[in-house]
Amino acid sequence: MTRERATTGGPGAPARSVLAIPAALALVLLLLPLVALLSRVRWGSLGSALSTAGAGEAVSLSIRTTLTTVVLCALLGTPLAWVLARSTGRWLPWLRAVVTVPLVLPPVVGGVALLVAWGREGLVGGPIHDWFGWTIPYSWVRVVLAETFVSMPFYVLAVEGAMRALDGRYDAVAATLGASPWRTFRSVVVPMVLPGVAAGATLAWARALGEFGATITFAGSFPGRTQTAPLAVYQALEIDPDAATALSMVMLLVCVAVLALLRGRWWR
Amino acid sequence: MSALRSGTAVLTATALATTLAGCGGDEQPARSKVVTVLAAASLTEAFTDLKKQVEDAHPDVEVRVSFAASSTIVQQVNNHADADVVALADEKAGKTLKPDVLGSAAPRLFATNRLMIATPADNPAHVTGLDSLTSSSVDTVLCAPQVPCGRAAKSVLAKGHVTPHVVSYEQDVKATLAKVRLGEADAAIVYVTDVTAAGTSVRGVALKPDQNVTTRLPIYALNDDEGTRAFVDAVTSSTGRKVLTTRGFGAP
Repeated sequence: MTRERATTGGPGAPARSVLAIPAALALVLLLLPLVALLSRVRWGSLGSALSTAGAGEAVSLSIRTTLTTVVLCALLGTPLAWVLARSTGRWLPWLRAVVTVPLVLPPVVGGVALLVAWGREGLVGGPIHDWFGWTIPYSWVRVVLAETFVSMPFYVLAVEGAMRALDGRYDAVAATLGASPWRTFRSVVVPMVLPGVAAGATLAWARALGEFGATITFAGSFPGRTQTAPLAVYQALEIDPDAATALSMVMLLVCVAVLALLRGRWWR
Repeated sequence: MSALRSGTAVLTATALATTLAGCGGDEQPARSKVVTVLAAASLTEAFTDLKKQVEDAHPDVEVRVSFAASSTIVQQVNNHADADVVALADEKAGKTLKPDVLGSAAPRLFATNRLMIATPADNPAHVTGLDSLTSSSVDTVLCAPQVPCGRAAKSVLAKGHVTPHVVSYEQDVKATLAKVRLGEADAAIVYVTDVTAAGTSVRGVALKPDQNVTTRLPIYALNDDEGTRAFVDAVTSSTGRKVLTTRGFGAP
């Protein structure tokens, strides 16, 4: 979305100096904790601190589950975004509200909701358990379910925004040329909203990586199986604060690296 | 964006309903002395009872209790969280309190606890004792190893030479029990007092006496304020003992 900048006078110097103070404060609020984190890392004993925190398996689990989550979001969320972008029914605002709810819901509430839905005595999980004697195991599957629940809205809303900005006449032209709705979606719409898809995927991935509340509630915490990096940081803080800061720093680096990588690609 | 607008409408309605519901008449006598108590999760029921007793006996004292895993409490207190009284689930947790926050405070042991297996009320995996937990079809939850109930469970399992099929290590004993209450796990090793508190929603399966361990709970008064003294005295008095015994704790 590009908007014309107000041209009367332009951003003058006095206004800039007045705004500089709160802007600097905002920067301090954002940066100070990160600087403090880096200053607390004991570089000499970093290796042993990381192994205390179980960093290897936690980070590996986090990367595997968040990537799976992004793929799920793309496969299921892109069609949903398309439905939201192109439908006109009276139910549409409600549908959109439903998609937005997990975005604002406290994650731990999401975890409780997932438990009563998929758990052994849950709305869906209960009958499945009674009939097949099977429940979703406490494994990466639950982690991915929790992460998808919280990050799908970010993906859908970002992609929907991009799709709505797309001129509807492209669809019409494709249709007059004989393309089926599926072909139009696949060959016209998706390629044109790729930057939106990338932005949505990044947002969803970041949200999934930070996921804590829903995961610990729904998937529990087992090292190597359901204990993702944020859960490992939380637990490490109670065992050895140095381990917690070391693992926090690794997560910070992973996030910065991914953002830097994507920035060159899709953002300017 | 209309997505956000409709989302906001839902939120506003919910917030409004909550606010209206919260507008009851809450006229309480002014309580000028506030005592902040950080207590182990296993003390939830006992200390909630005691808070009421102390507030009834001291109209000017307000007791604020927060329950969490002992390891969480220690971490908070070591980071100078606001606390007047600290009550932990075992002595080892107390030893990790930093001397500079403790000052001259000495631990007073005020109760003991024992462990028990908790299963869902219908005991779907037919757990009859510690040995049942060896089966891989019995999903077991334990407290995390840095939490007192996790430490205690670990020594129980070592004594019984049992390696259970653990699906999750929970952050405190109430979270561990919750997995069983929700039917999400077949068994959990928790305190006897948690099984008592859960009533009929779970079933307790006793451990053999020679497999069980006893934990001793310390309480610390971090200052000499009137509220602090009132609460610690209540916990260590005979009325406190009565409340703790009713909730399943043993005498120190």
